Amino acid sequence: MLRDVEGAKVLAGGQSLVPAMNFRLTRPVALIDINRVPGLDGVRIDGDEAQIGALTRHRAFEQPVVPGPLGRLMVEMAHHVGHLPIRVRGTFGGSLAHADPAAEWCLLARTLDATMVTQSSEQERRIPASDFFSTVFTTALEEDDLLTEVRLPLLGTGHLVGFSEFSRRVGDFALVMIIVVAEVQEGTVTEARIGAGGVSDIPLRLSSAEAVLRGRRWDPSVWAEAAEAGRAEVEPLEDIHGSVEYRRDLVGALIQRACRQATE
Amino acid sequence: MISSRAVTLLVNGVDYVVEVEPRKTLADTLREDCGLTGTHLGCEHGVCGACTILMDGSPVRSCLLFAVQCEGAAIETVEGLAVGGDLHVLQQAFWDHHGLQCGFCTPGFLMLAKGALAEDPDLTGEALREVLSSNLCRCTGYQNIVTAVEDAAARMRS
Amino acid sequence: MKLVGTPIRRREDPELLTGRKRFIADLTAGCQSVAFVRSPMAAAQIVGIERPEGASVFTAADLTGVGSIEPILHRPDYFRAPQPVLAVDRVIYLGEPIAAVVADTRREAEDLADAVYVDLERHDPVVTAKAALADNSRIVHPGAESNVVVSGVIDTGDIDATSESAVERIELELTCRRQSAAPIETRGAVARYDEESEKVTLHASTQMPHVLRTAICDLLGMQEADLRVIAPAVGGAFGQKMCLPAEYAVLVWLARHLRRSLAWIEDRRENFTSSFHSRDHHYRIWGSFDADARLVAIEGDLVANVGAYSCYPVTWGVEPLMAMAELPGPYDFQSYRVRARGVSTNTCPMSPYRGVSRPVLTLAMERMMDVAAERFGLDPVEIRRRNLITRFPYRSATGIVYDEGSYVASLEKAAEVVDVDSFRRRQAEAREAGRFLGIGFSVFSERTGYGTPAFAPRNMDVTPGYETVEMAMDPSGGVEVRIGASPHGQGLVTTLSQVVADGLGLPLESVRVVHGDTDRTPYGWGTFASRSMVISGGATKLAAERLREAIVAVAGDMLEAAPEDIELAEGRAVVRGTDRGVDISDLARQAYHHTPKLAPEREPGLRATASYDPAGTFSNACHVAVVEVDIETGGVRVDRFVVVEDAGLLINPVIVDGQIAGGVVQGIANALFEEVIYDDGGNILTTTLFDYLPPTASEIPPIEIHHLQTITDASLTGAKGLGEGGAIGSPAAVINAVSDALRPLGVQVTEMPATPDRIRRMIREATKEMM
Repeated sequence: MLRDVEGAKVLAGGQSLVPAMNFRLTRPVALIDINRVPGLDGVRIDGDEAQIGALTRHRAFEQPVVPGPLGRLMVEMAHHVGHLPIRVRGTFGGSLAHADPAAEWCLLARTLDATMVTQSSEQERRIPASDFFSTVFTTALEEDDLLTEVRLPLLGTGHLVGFSEFSRRVGDFALVMIIVVAEVQEGTVTEARIGAGGVSDIPLRLSSAEAVLRGRRWDPSVWAEAAEAGRAEVEPLEDIHGSVEYRRDLVGALIQRACRQATE
Repeated sequence: MISSRAVTLLVNGVDYVVEVEPRKTLADTLREDCGLTGTHLGCEHGVCGACTILMDGSPVRSCLLFAVQCEGAAIETVEGLAVGGDLHVLQQAFWDHHGLQCGFCTPGFLMLAKGALAEDPDLTGEALREVLSSNLCRCTGYQNIVTAVEDAAARMRS
Repeated sequence: MKLVGTPIRRREDPELLTGRKRFIADLTAGCQSVAFVRSPMAAAQIVGIERPEGASVFTAADLTGVGSIEPILHRPDYFRAPQPVLAVDRVIYLGEPIAAVVADTRREAEDLADAVYVDLERHDPVVTAKAALADNSRIVHPGAESNVVVSGVIDTGDIDATSESAVERIELELTCRRQSAAPIETRGAVARYDEESEKVTLHASTQMPHVLRTAICDLLGMQEADLRVIAPAVGGAFGQKMCLPAEYAVLVWLARHLRRSLAWIEDRRENFTSSFHSRDHHYRIWGSFDADARLVAIEGDLVANVGAYSCYPVTWGVEPLMAMAELPGPYDFQSYRVRARGVSTNTCPMSPYRGVSRPVLTLAMERMMDVAAERFGLDPVEIRRRNLITRFPYRSATGIVYDEGSYVASLEKAAEVVDVDSFRRRQAEAREAGRFLGIGFSVFSERTGYGTPAFAPRNMDVTPGYETVEMAMDPSGGVEVRIGASPHGQGLVTTLSQVVADGLGLPLESVRVVHGDTDRTPYGWGTFASRSMVISGGATKLAAERLREAIVAVAGDMLEAAPEDIELAEGRAVVRGTDRGVDISDLARQAYHHTPKLAPEREPGLRATASYDPAGTFSNACHVAVVEVDIETGGVRVDRFVVVEDAGLLINPVIVDGQIAGGVVQGIANALFEEVIYDDGGNILTTTLFDYLPPTASEIPPIEIHHLQTITDASLTGAKGLGEGGAIGSPAAVINAVSDALRPLGVQVTEMPATPDRIRRMIREATKEMM
């Protein structure tokens, strides 16, 4: 249907699409309501991978539906996704397809190198997160692609996970948010991922900050160094809610807070 | 051309058969086609929550749903709260605790509270305040809304 | 049992709780829809307007015989800038209405409005007051010498002399960024055309139905009898709905022209862009203090960005001139030299918003007190104690007379409730742990319940102030009270019912209060400026007394007793000290149906009318905010908020507390969250609730409210006004608290909202200086 109706858009939760329509910012010729398409929701664990149906509502993640540290991380993040009524309808896949730079699941997908599974009338594609986000509200999805599933790698019990977000009001989009995932063995960081959302037009991995952590002690002074590196490496966007300098400040502060939270 | 469609909506236990364009929101449909104007529109972009109703028991923004999506779902609006002449516990609590001034945001808060408490009857304190932060009020300063919902929750638990 | 003073539940509530009550958008059945084509530019010449073939589109050229909106202050420094209801040859603010379209549904009307093409030749807009004051600035209004469209000076003439005794002169620059009242219900109106009478009934979301009627009739050359205005339930207003919107006038014109019923319901984006803004102020003030830290003089240069057009009826003078007149606040000093200027720019017109200028002038004086406290090594309570007015009546340097208040007592009580000493210990401990807590005080007076004596000196073309109440008892003994105020959430129906029930010894259910309908109520000014309980309440009390006289006269006839021996209680008229009495319902029937049995001088029926027009009465309060500032994120959490308020007699304490709490939250929002932001091109960047940030329940602490009670004879009921107070003192309390928290870093907050970005910037700059 997406292929056949030019200018059609997929309607899942509608929590981002419909406001845009009410503002007349987007005027799709038709909406394809996938809410009743079977098999698109639900979370399956397959080996070391969580397979999240695109239609799974945000609400589902308020409980740990995924085992281990990933499940805990998602519970922590879910509470920041809008408000309760938004989470009742809004979907995991919808958020990714919408690609708001300040959306929590977009950051999660990028930080963990998720794989997006898409379906069109022609083919199924597997798109890595690093290739998925192009710019604000723009992804690698073609006109006739439907995002059907997102695959996230499970995190072993040796992983520490932390999330820190700053927004103006409870429920608002993040000005900046940071995910820290660190594998720590006997006090030393063997693997580190630091994701930053709300800073740029797409979610980012802060590779310089990650490099600071790798091989070092898991320790507040090292977190502070990583925070400095993160501050230096980002090129924040500016908008009415935050200047470039301010978002830089937040990156530095929240990296440390996410690390602290990961430890608790 | 946008053409209308017949849709049956189950609202407060009653079937409404309406003719609506697919682009017509549930909020507009409830208000214009079902004659249920208690659900109010404050922003039409999902932030203020004045349009909150229950869909299959959960609070949702009716300004972000299309009527055509809602066939087969059980919709509850503020008009369905009072039974006979008797106010719902929440309505009574809002009245007792001066939880409204202009009253425009009130239906949205009532439905939000009803839905949230149905799922978690023990909701209280900070967690309750966070749920109530889903909706905006400009008149009350929230104080008495929180008190009213706490009181109603306690009464419903006992 | 007396009802006045008891916290009874509101009579207004059942209809609202059940969703039965109709707001303006609920009244559109059977109407066609109107949408407005609005200017996408802040300043432009209109080159041409192209309308789709055969479409129902109306421009200024079609509105023949329609006048311009022209509120006037009769003073030499007031520039008159008539506002056409639809733009004629130019647009001077983003969102200015250019054309009106009519269609069957709102969706179709919006589609049609999109299809109208307006060819505009862009001018460079003047957006900020600073730019508008620059020597080479474009002039917004042709014919004006500059962009200063209203100004005033108050000079007691002795500043130089007084300054000689001063040991400290403190200069402060303060900014309040533009605010929007942002009621949850936007504006809207429904004009119903009646074929038989050819009359229009306008339902309008408004705070002032009578004034609206007069204004629209003036514009359209109509007789008032041909236009009925009804305010339905109004979903919040806070001042945004107390001025005339051009759109309402256009709607009435269209209804008459087309002989059809039409509705215009504003959407949220229109409300943010084109509905009245408020409070875009910048002040420079100087406070001179003597060796005892007593304030002896205030000098000031106050600038208000007043937008593109003057609002009707209070005019664009209201904010700058009120700031100039009321800046002294509750402080005891007599030397004063202040200039105020209202500057016109290519931005949305302004109207008063809860508190008007007072939240900003309070910020100015309260920052001044805190800065002075620091200079003199005093604590913030002590410096205020030394400077607050203690003797009443007090005449301010600006000529305003304050009736008795409890300024010092409110401060002392607030300090006690909050336990300042214990807070300071907690603050010091937190400091050791790297956390920044702060406490902020704000003491202020609230000018309330003021009638024409207070408005007259402003020389407005329209002098508001009095209120009239008509009261009648019907043959069944029920009382109808018809008022000119127009409540929209203040609970006035309940509180006036309490007054009437007590005055006539009737149960609450016997009293009905009618408001909002120009056909059914005496001419009045509506509800705004913390006036309704004082002025309508006073008129209600007077009318009840007169009605009581009529009732007891009839009772005397019936019971063969002197009227002064009759008591009214519990629905009966009884001869005092006896068990001889009559039910009020029988008495009323007698007064209407058995008049020959009464004394010959009795007027038939039971009616009374009274008006009240007081000079005004000052409430006062002390607000205390306790905050924690996260210096890494700039985030501010308000941990505690205390109010000690004196509003005289509280007719209904629960309603009073509700007003205070609501005001406080709007004030906290002013201090930390809300700002209407324009870019350099005159485009508004805050057009949604994602960008303009009214706080949620999670941003607000519980608000502790205590009361003092000073009864003066400046208000007949003993009640003072209080609707705005919550919003007046709270911004200063929060800003002072943030400054107190950041004192160790050398940061002083001089701008609101103090957003996290701004706080971080101040911390960065201060930290750099310290290094």
